[in-house]
Amino acid sequence: MGRISLAWRVLTSSVFAAKVTSLLDAPPALPDKKIAETIAPPKSAAPPKPVAPPKPLRSDAVTLLAALQREGRLIDFLKEPIDEYSDAQVGAAVRDIHRDCGGMLERQFAIRPVLEQAEGSNVTIGADAKNGRIKLTGKIGEGHQASGTLVHHGWQVTKSDVPVWTGDTAAATVVAPAEVEVR
Amino acid sequence: MSAQFVIGIDLGTTNSVLAYSALNEEQPQVQLLPIPQLVAANTIESRSMLPSFLYQCTDDETTAKSFALPWTEDPSFALGHGARALSAEFPDRTVGAAKSWLGHSKVDRHQAILPWQAPSGVAKISPVTASQRYLEHLVGAWQQAFPDAPMADQNVVLTVPASFDASARELTREAALAAGLPKDFVLLEEPQAATYAWLNAVGDRWRKLLKVGDRMLICDIGGGTTDLTLVEVAEEGGELTLQRAAVGNHLLVGGDNMDLALAHHVAQLFAEKGLSLDPWQSVSLWHSCRNAKEALLSESGPDTHTISVPGRSSRLIGGLVSVNVERAQATDLLLNGFFPPAKLSDRPARPRASGFREIGLPYEADTGITRHLGAFLNQSLAGSGLTHVLFNGGVFKANALRSRLLGQLQSWFPDSPPHIVDGSDDLDYSVARGACFYGWTKLRGGVRIRGGTARSYYVGIETAGLAIPGAGRPLKALCVVPIGMEEGTEVDVPSDAIGLVIGESARFRFFSSANRRNDQPGELLARWSPDELSETDSLEATLSAAEDTEEDYVPVTFHSKITELGVLELWCVHETDDERWKLEFSVRDDAEA
Repeated sequence: MGRISLAWRVLTSSVFAAKVTSLLDAPPALPDKKIAETIAPPKSAAPPKPVAPPKPLRSDAVTLLAALQREGRLIDFLKEPIDEYSDAQVGAAVRDIHRDCGGMLERQFAIRPVLEQAEGSNVTIGADAKNGRIKLTGKIGEGHQASGTLVHHGWQVTKSDVPVWTGDTAAATVVAPAEVEVR
Repeated sequence: MSAQFVIGIDLGTTNSVLAYSALNEEQPQVQLLPIPQLVAANTIESRSMLPSFLYQCTDDETTAKSFALPWTEDPSFALGHGARALSAEFPDRTVGAAKSWLGHSKVDRHQAILPWQAPSGVAKISPVTASQRYLEHLVGAWQQAFPDAPMADQNVVLTVPASFDASARELTREAALAAGLPKDFVLLEEPQAATYAWLNAVGDRWRKLLKVGDRMLICDIGGGTTDLTLVEVAEEGGELTLQRAAVGNHLLVGGDNMDLALAHHVAQLFAEKGLSLDPWQSVSLWHSCRNAKEALLSESGPDTHTISVPGRSSRLIGGLVSVNVERAQATDLLLNGFFPPAKLSDRPARPRASGFREIGLPYEADTGITRHLGAFLNQSLAGSGLTHVLFNGGVFKANALRSRLLGQLQSWFPDSPPHIVDGSDDLDYSVARGACFYGWTKLRGGVRIRGGTARSYYVGIETAGLAIPGAGRPLKALCVVPIGMEEGTEVDVPSDAIGLVIGESARFRFFSSANRRNDQPGELLARWSPDELSETDSLEATLSAAEDTEEDYVPVTFHSKITELGVLELWCVHETDDERWKLEFSVRDDAEA
């Protein structure tokens, strides 16, 4: 049970909760109520206890890669040499990968535009240019830039629900296990 | 400790959901509980649905605790998304549709029979235990999220199919109590829960949307089952009220059947190209078909849709096989296979009787949902009209199915065509949300659907008469509970006294009916058609002898009671003194398996 409870604390620890909360607090306001409902972490009646985060046996990044492979075969696709295939063959595979990986990213990260306005429209530039939420391009002169044209609305995650991995060191580097069929 | 939350639990045939609302709010704020679960070995993710699948781990997996949850000690089985994914590869090790087994009185629901027909070496569990495991998981997830609000102290509403009879409800109750639900939890019928979700979404506006005399059909098509309910709008003391007027039979046909039908069709197309799919690819195909269903059914979609199945090796594109599926063909298959144009007077085709029928789940022989619907409406409306319809269940995300079914209903009632009530578009979660909202209104007041029992119940009485060798005595059915008997009421059943032998267990055959609306307690039926009465688990009571009596039998009559929690209780009452014995379901001895 040890390593599982350990991993569990990572998920329920205040550190993690704080990370999620800061993501939630970030402007702009959440796009709609439904998303707000699904991402709101359950309000625990218990006051958050300061728990030193245990060193995870595996980085979240590997767990994310494993999820992209498990649900959408993304690693298979990226590792496969595609020069020998026609565009139609590649296209046929991509639709499913797009659907399955897209669905997974939506569930775990709910990625939304940084700016809600339509691309091409005129937007005001506030303090966001300094804090990294907006990147200025074009004629950047000295002094204050009041507004500009939105070229790309940007992307941000509105939550971060990477699965908790409870395995041990032997499998920590495994993105997808080898499969052997027993006859 | 007093309750801090009201909790609604949808223990579904294919997915379970928990919704909750804090009681210290002015208005119900219904939220879904994220349910941590194993999505693959050693990988825990929180999802808002817990697929109702249970995978029995191999010894290696158990030892390695590959599927252990943070709050359980027993790592020998896995539930949820991971179990569903494994069910495809290891059908023999996976329990599915445990709830349908709960409602199936031909087997012993306490006996370890699942996975059905699993090879020896795979641990088996009973349908009751499987249901208990799903609920234990939800309780565990709840305790993780709210350690200071024990589930056993909260107000909990658990949903069951409207078509579940008293025995299936009792088994559900047993599993729920064993899983740690509070003793006073309430059972609510799923179509009613869907209606409450709608009432929650529209608020008090419903009084403007409906008027006295309106009749609303609730058509709930889940993954594996279809549940029908009719609600009438009445008036009481100047206030509009909702009355549940009728419920349909439990139909074992649902969205999964549609996905499977489409997958069969596409597999045929692959076969025509000389490609045969291995079992793993077939599963992948089923998954693709589930996703393609909506696109194929949409009227604005392209005429053909490519369905691809990847190979199993790491060569994804190299191993990929594709076919083009004609939209018209797929639409025809799904719409005419499951929603064929029907007349209101049509009846579902009956299964051909065979002496060697397998005892497995009684899947519908006729997948034409419209025919089942017609039969239900024809009987329960008895000539009056239908004004509204509420669709519930994930399959209705496909607009074509909504409009097909609505069109069918409108053709049946051309004078005042029924229309769809909209408001709750959260089709996968509305039962749990509605159950939570119902729990709220029960405590805080609000509109309630009145209905009482969905079925009438009968005790089988063997009539006295000359014994004929080789023939059983004729059986009569004594009505002990009428349709619509309300919670919190009881009734003495008028009948001649029945002599029961003291010191032995008295057993009664027990029947129920969803459509004999006029039978009153005490009515004795001499004959009935198989459509009308269905037999369920028998009842028994052991009569202990009173100390001062020398009689060896006692004359009794029946007394029936529906508790505030909707539990049916039947008692045998001594004719002269006050002694009484409770009749219990004897599920165990009846089963054929």
